[in-house]
Amino acid sequence: MTPDLGKPDKDRPDLVKADKDRPDADTAQPMAPANQTLDQAADRPGIGTMLRSDHPFVVTVLAVISAMIVGAILIIASDGPTRQAIGYFFQAPLDTFNAAGWAVRDAYVALFEGSIYNPGGGQALAPLSETLVYATPLILAGLSVTLAFRAGLFNIGAQGQILMSAALAGYIGFAWHLPWAVHIIVAILGGVIGGAIWAAIAGALKARTGAHEVITTIMLNYIAVNFVNYLLGVTWFQAPPYNQAVSRTVEGNARFWPLFGADLRVNFSFILAIAATAFVWWLLKYGTFGFRVRAVGANQNASRTAGISVSSTYIWVMVLVGALSGLAGVAQILGSANNYQVTASVDAGVGFTAITVALLGRGTAWGTFWAGLLFGALTAGSGQLQVATTTPPDLVQVLQALVVLFIAAPGLIRLIFRLRRSDSSGSAVLAKGWNG
Amino acid sequence: MSDPVKTDQPEVTTETVEVAPGEVVAQRSVDVRMSTARRVGIGVAIVLIGLVTVLGLGLSAGSGSTSFDLNAGDVGIQLPKVNVPGTVTVIVLGILIVLVGVWQLVRGLQGAALRWAGIAVALLFIIAFLTWAGSAGKQSVQIASLLQQTLLLATPLILGAMAGVMCEKTGVINVAIEGQMLFGAFAGALFGTIAGTWVGLVAAAVIGGVMGALLAVFSIRFLVNQVILGVVLNAFAIGLTGYLYGAVMAKDPTGTNTPATFSPIKIPVLGDIPVIGPLLFDQNIMVYLMYLIVAVIDIMLIRSRWGLRTRAVGEHPKAADTVGINVLRLRYQNVIIGGCIAGIAGAALTIGSVGQFNKGITSGQGFIALAALIFGRWTPRGALGAALFFGFATALQTALSLFQSLPVRIDSDLLAMLPYLATLFAVAGLVGRVRAPAADGEPYVKG
Repeated sequence: MTPDLGKPDKDRPDLVKADKDRPDADTAQPMAPANQTLDQAADRPGIGTMLRSDHPFVVTVLAVISAMIVGAILIIASDGPTRQAIGYFFQAPLDTFNAAGWAVRDAYVALFEGSIYNPGGGQALAPLSETLVYATPLILAGLSVTLAFRAGLFNIGAQGQILMSAALAGYIGFAWHLPWAVHIIVAILGGVIGGAIWAAIAGALKARTGAHEVITTIMLNYIAVNFVNYLLGVTWFQAPPYNQAVSRTVEGNARFWPLFGADLRVNFSFILAIAATAFVWWLLKYGTFGFRVRAVGANQNASRTAGISVSSTYIWVMVLVGALSGLAGVAQILGSANNYQVTASVDAGVGFTAITVALLGRGTAWGTFWAGLLFGALTAGSGQLQVATTTPPDLVQVLQALVVLFIAAPGLIRLIFRLRRSDSSGSAVLAKGWNG
Repeated sequence: MSDPVKTDQPEVTTETVEVAPGEVVAQRSVDVRMSTARRVGIGVAIVLIGLVTVLGLGLSAGSGSTSFDLNAGDVGIQLPKVNVPGTVTVIVLGILIVLVGVWQLVRGLQGAALRWAGIAVALLFIIAFLTWAGSAGKQSVQIASLLQQTLLLATPLILGAMAGVMCEKTGVINVAIEGQMLFGAFAGALFGTIAGTWVGLVAAAVIGGVMGALLAVFSIRFLVNQVILGVVLNAFAIGLTGYLYGAVMAKDPTGTNTPATFSPIKIPVLGDIPVIGPLLFDQNIMVYLMYLIVAVIDIMLIRSRWGLRTRAVGEHPKAADTVGINVLRLRYQNVIIGGCIAGIAGAALTIGSVGQFNKGITSGQGFIALAALIFGRWTPRGALGAALFFGFATALQTALSLFQSLPVRIDSDLLAMLPYLATLFAVAGLVGRVRAPAADGEPYVKG
């Protein structure tokens, strides 16, 4: 159990020294080749070298494969026919493998058919459309968490921000009667402002009193849930005849336009997600404010010495973070995802999944975008999994968590697949402990 | 920025506030004088609470007198009901709160004194609120059952917070309490049904320990960021218990998800004491286990060699290592024990309470336990108090929603916000600049 790490061989001073330089060194790989790889990579980075190193892309692919292997074990363990076949394993061992193989194949085929292409389905593009519908809020909320991470803040509050945004955007959508185009813009702005204010509370508390954002955003989540529950019980918000906890329905003028005809649910909010990704990418790469964010995230004290106001950076980054979550809420309420009605579950668990999306995206805007697409595809696939197989759809959540677990521990992936260490493996995700 | 003199200059008030988060880093152990802005801010807030009590509650209180019922049931020694005049009591309590606020404005309390003032304000306000709630004079306020509910609701939270104490005192952040509890709740229900309640309890502890071991291996061996790791482990726990629920429990509910629950055991002499007897000493085994765990951790942390070593490792692992303490082994050990305690906390939700397991049965209680841990400043007693407060707020909300004759009707959803709003205020105002164990969340690499 106790790792060899931290017990360098005293007879070999070179190893002692090397371990100091490599804090997360794993012992599976001797030192010399790793250094060699680094040198080679600097000279002529070949695709072959990359594939055998812990390049982010390689680690991500291997993490997905590892997660699917663990997932396959779960599927087999819970599969009825397989368990029956195990009962007579020694009479006919092939039966067990056969049944297990089919169970795994069925489950993963269902995931594929639900998210990418279903040869037996009616609309050929419907699965892809569903993937984009589920991916949109994940990308937007994921960007929100990513941006917070870059400032060294941990935004667990996307759920609350989405709820407040959806409540406000939904209210504007059903209660105000505005002309075409104006209505949807006002509703989007309303949602963005709702989310921004909710996150700014946590930012201001952090800046002014030092209250840790993990605690304040969790509390704000609960307050938002109860507030929306309250709204769903008052007459000016609830849909008549007031017997169900749903709001009135957003008017047509305030709904997102479908992108590819009314048959497919994918709508304009996906374009918003692409635009937001580009914006966050630009902000972090070229924006002055983005530079401040990264500086504060990397080293608070140095930033302060350099003349950056840490507390105003915290507040304003949280405003942006909340605005991005707000867009996710807008996508949920003004898009087709929730039937254009506010409910207590209008966030659809996006707030928490967004954290894993951001982790998978390694703190970069486009990384988050692709991670959001992957998780959106998995979520879309879980529907088909439920319809076509006996495997519980919760499998998808396990897969998502496992992928991120493997990503978060690149040392583990290196150990399993005997990868070489490269200098490109880092993640830009920063989350500080309580004293940060 | 880290200059303590600056914080006392009134003309740089805004800048004083500006540097606030910096102080946490720069002056962890130095007790600085409180800034003017903070002193006035907290003072004004307390005065406002007092005024709300006097004007809001006092003037809207019913004309009747409030009666408090201290008896848990019809058995045992019965105490007479306590009757107080509604309006007058509320106003007097409100004025007391205002006085505390004025004192804070003038004297600028800090540290322990400020915490006690905060607790006093909270107690005064709660009593005033209860008096107000019963002032219509139609129903008596059931203090005993309110406190009993508090203890039941707080037990998983307290245990969860103790799991946090075990991990964080030794320098490993545990955001995964929620996930550990979820696994404990699942294992408790599953094995409780198959093999009996006691086996269920042991299984819950073991599974919680396995989750703890996972946290330990990834954070200590693979040096994963511990806050992130905790969130991922929670997601894993939600997914896996949901999956197993669908694959096992949903297919055969009677055979896998109908555990017997622990029934209350009355402790002979202690259980007969009026009021406290039924409240504290006529509970099920989970509650007694909770007493034991809190007491053991509280005493051992301060008085034993293990406690000294744990605190040393949590504060300054390098120094601990230098004097020959095996830092990593102690961390592994404490994090795994912490996981076991969190597993028991989860079992309190199934076999200690309703019996059945449902998807996501913890519903964020692990996070509340985490908040209680921070709120309680990483001490067992503080966490106990904070968890009891959360339990009380939830119990109060349930009690009030059943209360027919409030002077002014309050929506139960708005009431449900109360504990979270209170935490927000308390975290921001009273314990904003908390100080976790210095090495909390920092992996230790020898060298």
